[in-house]
Amino acid sequence: MADGNVKVEIVSPERLVLSETVQSVTIPGQEGNFTVLGEHAPVMSVLRPGFVMVEGGSENLVFVRGGFAEVSNGTVTILAEDARPAKQFNRQEIEEALARAQEEMAAANGSDETEAAQLVVDSLRNLMTEVEHMGSAIVTGL
Amino acid sequence: MPSLKDLKNRIASVRSTQKITKAMQMVAAAKLRRAEELAAAARPYAARMNDVLSGLSAAYAGRSDAPKLLAGTGSDQTHLLIVATAERGLCGGFNSNISRMAREHARKLISEGKTVKILCVGKKGHDVLKRLFADQIVHFVTLREVKQIGYSNAQAIGEKVLSMFASGEFDVATLFYSKFRSVISQEPTAQQLIPAAFEASEASSEPVSYEYEPGEEAILNDLLPRNVSVQIFSALLENGAGEMGAKMSAMDNATRNAGDMINRLTLSYNRQRQAQITKELIEIISGAEAL
Repeated sequence: MADGNVKVEIVSPERLVLSETVQSVTIPGQEGNFTVLGEHAPVMSVLRPGFVMVEGGSENLVFVRGGFAEVSNGTVTILAEDARPAKQFNRQEIEEALARAQEEMAAANGSDETEAAQLVVDSLRNLMTEVEHMGSAIVTGL
Repeated sequence: MPSLKDLKNRIASVRSTQKITKAMQMVAAAKLRRAEELAAAARPYAARMNDVLSGLSAAYAGRSDAPKLLAGTGSDQTHLLIVATAERGLCGGFNSNISRMAREHARKLISEGKTVKILCVGKKGHDVLKRLFADQIVHFVTLREVKQIGYSNAQAIGEKVLSMFASGEFDVATLFYSKFRSVISQEPTAQQLIPAAFEASEASSEPVSYEYEPGEEAILNDLLPRNVSVQIFSALLENGAGEMGAKMSAMDNATRNAGDMINRLTLSYNRQRQAQITKELIEIISGAEAL
């Protein structure tokens, strides 16, 4: 879009979480966060569990888990298995998921499986540290 | 010939049945709206997923290193039929249409010498299929306790299917469910899940060169398993809306039939009442004449 704004759509299988035109979107990609402004080159990236930061929208912080983001033609589409405003973020759920992932890693056999489980555990651990840092910001919804 | 009292009782009983069917129809109508909204809310996700995957998988068409979920195992000996039906009856031909379709498909595969395995989702389909294919049913999922179908329900089924696929228990998976066309029309559908088949999207006419992060293959490997759950989820939601639609029209019919029956019974009740009055009059008059 010529005005430098970017249209963002966050979709979970259960509903459309967010769909509006904003100034910028910061996406937690598997290989690091990246910010999308208008006229961003087309990118497709797998998400790690984390928070999408939206500047100039009705929701500032959206929690996403499992899925991918697609950027094309000034539109960001985020498809996540779990997507909800950070205010509804449930810490306990993540702790449970982490415990499950650790169990899975312990039960995994073969290097491929261990590696995949390790990836899940790491990403969830990182998420927990991220949450620690943001702490109060999440509670107040920024 | 039933007596007057019998007729009166029958009218009363039909009337109370009518009240029940009427109430069920109204409940189904309310639930239908909710189910339709859910199905509509899930559509964008499934549609985007399909677009992205069809774009990605086009690059892999005919390549030998394509992921197994996309290209298949190279054999089609063992088929898994995932039959998704409703948990409750009283919804016209809804459940039987789905299970009939699955049954015919299974028969055809068996006559071709293929191995068939069946995974039932929903009690009604399981009840029908277990009579014919008791040995083929490998797993049965009931969602009876589930008030509102969430993605996690579909994910659990998806994970089961994927782990079966990973351990080589089947080559081809087909999902049977009912597509929600409108309140009065639900269409039983068979959809191939594994190897994945995508509808060509209209947007793919102008290919965009994406930057992939991480690699193209990693994304595809990440998305294909998710796609299985997404497909199952949208099938379950379509089923949910279809079930309510079918139930609504079935109960509407039942209410109307009960109304017809009440009219008929009332007519014969009145006729008989008049006949009895006439008979009594004749008895009195002939008694008076005899004096």
